[in-house]
Amino acid sequence: MSLLELKNLSFTYGVNTAFEKKAVNDVSLNIEKGEFIGIIGHTGSGKSTLIQMLNGLIRPTEGQVLLDGRDIWEKPKQIRKVRFRVGMVFQYPEYQLFEETVEKDIAYGPKNMGLDSDEIKKRVEDAARFTALKPELLKKSPFELSGGEKRRAAIAGVIAMDPEILILDEPTAGLDPKGRDVLLTQIAAYHKTKGNTVLLVSHSMEDISRIADKILVMDHGNKYAFDTVRNIFSKGEDIEKIGLQIPQITKIMIGLAKSGYKVSTDVYSVEQAVMEIMKLRKDSRVPAAAAKKEGKR
Amino acid sequence: MIKDITLGQYFPGKSFVHKLDPRMKIILLTFFIVFIFAARNFVSLGIMAAAVFAVICISGVSPKMYFKSIKAIIFIVLFTACLNLFYGTGDPLWQWRFLKITQSGINTAIFIAVRIIALVLISAVLTYTTSPTDLTDGIERLLKPLSVFHIQVHEIAMMMTIALRFIPTLLEETDKIMSAQKARGADFESGNFITRLKALIPILVPLFVSAFRRAFDLAMAMESRCYHGGEGRTRMRVLKYSKKDYLALGASCLIFAGVIICSIYLPATVRTGM
Ligand SMILES: Nc1ncnc2c1ncn2[C@@H]1O[C@H](COP(=O)(O)OP(=O)(O)OP(=O)(O)O)[C@@H](O)[C@H]1O
Ligand SMILES: [Mg+2]
Repeated sequence: MSLLELKNLSFTYGVNTAFEKKAVNDVSLNIEKGEFIGIIGHTGSGKSTLIQMLNGLIRPTEGQVLLDGRDIWEKPKQIRKVRFRVGMVFQYPEYQLFEETVEKDIAYGPKNMGLDSDEIKKRVEDAARFTALKPELLKKSPFELSGGEKRRAAIAGVIAMDPEILILDEPTAGLDPKGRDVLLTQIAAYHKTKGNTVLLVSHSMEDISRIADKILVMDHGNKYAFDTVRNIFSKGEDIEKIGLQIPQITKIMIGLAKSGYKVSTDVYSVEQAVMEIMKLRKDSRVPAAAAKKEGKR
Repeated sequence: MIKDITLGQYFPGKSFVHKLDPRMKIILLTFFIVFIFAARNFVSLGIMAAAVFAVICISGVSPKMYFKSIKAIIFIVLFTACLNLFYGTGDPLWQWRFLKITQSGINTAIFIAVRIIALVLISAVLTYTTSPTDLTDGIERLLKPLSVFHIQVHEIAMMMTIALRFIPTLLEETDKIMSAQKARGADFESGNFITRLKALIPILVPLFVSAFRRAFDLAMAMESRCYHGGEGRTRMRVLKYSKKDYLALGASCLIFAGVIICSIYLPATVRTGM
C-alpha cells in the first residue's frame, strides 16, 4: 500500500458560476514513503491546486486522496489530523507570520497539535536548526527579519509539526541564487535525516533535478508524466513541447552522447559535467574531433 | 470560499447599457430609484418594474447574476413583506387572535416586495455594467460642482477607486492566509466566542501587515509617477455624452411621465412609505 494515493483527482473552481475553471483534471498516482518528488509545470497548470487537495485544504470535486489507504475526507471533522500529518508550506509563506517572536510563531503549529511545552520547545529548536535560523533570531519579532530569514522562519513553522509528508510550494521563489541553493540544500538534508516524504513544487528543472527522485510534470491540469528524473529527461523533446526545459547542461550532455562521446547523460549540474568531460580526456578511445576540441581548451 | 461573494461585481460587455456614459447611468439610476419610491399604485409600479425588466434584458448580463443579487436580500424582502401582511386595515380575510390578514395587507406586502426587488435589480444593473473606474469617474464628474465648497472631490473619488481596487485583492489575501494557518492546524470552527475571536488573530495580523505594505507601495508608486492630486490634471479619456445617452434619457423621461400621470389620475393602492 502506498503512503499517499491520488485517485482520479479533479478540482473545479467556481462550480456553477460564470468563472467555472477546471484546474486539475483526473490525476491519479501513488507516492511511496520516503520519496522526494518534484512537481513542475508552467504557470496555471494546477500545481498549487493539486497539492492543496493533499492535506484537505480544498476538497476535490471528484476523486479521492488516500492516506495510508484511507480517504482523508472519511471524517471531515478529523481533517485537522490529516493536516498535521501532511505539512504544507505555501508560496511566499513569510506572509503568514503573526506572533510577537519568531519562537512563538514556529510554536504555533505544535501548539495547535496539543503538545506539551517541553516537546514544543524541542520541536522549535529542531526546526530552527534544520532551517539554519540563528538562535539569537528566535527572540526577535518576525517582522524585523530579512526576507530570506522570514522565509526560513515560516518554513520552520511547518517543519516543527514534524509532518510525515512535507509539501513545499515554490519555497525558493524570490530568493537570490545563493539563498536558493542554501535553502534547497537544507531541504535535501532535512529529507535525508528525517527520511520522510517531501513534495517540492518548483519552476526550475535545474533545482528539481538536483534533489528529487521522481518528477511529476503537470500540463493544463493534467498529469503529463510521473517518472524518475532520468526517464523524464530522456524524453526531453516531449517536455519541451509543453513549454518546459530540461537543464541546459543535461541537454549538452545528451547532445554529446548522441554524437558518439561516451558520457553519462544523468548530469544535472555543471560540476558533474566537468567531471564527466574530464573523464573523456583519460579515455583513449576519444574520437579525433573531440581530442582536437579538448586540445584547444 | 470568501471570494465567491459578489461585491458590486462588474461584467465586461458591449451592450447598449454598457456603452452608456457613466454619468448618465448614475443620473438615470437616481431617477429610477426616486420613481420606484414615488409609485403609489400598482399601475405605476408595474410600469417601473417593466422598465427595470427591460433594462435587465438589454444589459447583456446573465440572468443568473441578477438572481444571485436577489438571493442576497431575499430574507429582508420576506421579512418586510410578512410584517406588512399583518398590518392592513379593513375586513379581515383570515384571523387568529390578534393576527389578521386583510386584502390591503396582501396588497401592501406584494407592493413592497416588488419595490425592494426592483430597487436592488436596477442598482445591480449599474454595478454589473459599469467598471469601478468608470463609476468613480462618473461620480467625480457629477460631484465636481461641490468643489466650490472646498470639498476635495478628486481626492474622494481617488480614495473610492483605490478602495474598490483593493477589495478583491484583500479578499484573496485573506483566503490565502486562512489556508496557510489552517495548514498549521488553526481551528476557526470550534470553541466558544472568545476562543474563536482569538483564533482570528493569526489571520488579522498578517492581513493588516500586508494591507499597510500595499498602501506604502502604492503611495510610493504614485509619488514616483508625480501624482499630485486633482489640481490641473487632465484626462486620457474624457467623458462625452453620445446619441445613445440622449436616447436613454428620452426613453426614461417617457417612462417617468407615464408614472407621474398614473400616480395623479389613479387612486393610491398603498399607504406611502415603507
Ligand atoms: N481561487 C481560485 N479561484 C478561481 N480560479 C483559480 C483559483 N486559484 C487558481 N485558479 C485557476 O486555476 C488554475 C490553476 O491554478 P494553480 O494556482 O493551481 O496553478 P499553478 O500551477 O500553481 O501556477 P503557478 O506556477 O503560477 O503557481 C489557473 O488557471 C488559475 O487561474
Ligand atoms: Mg502555484
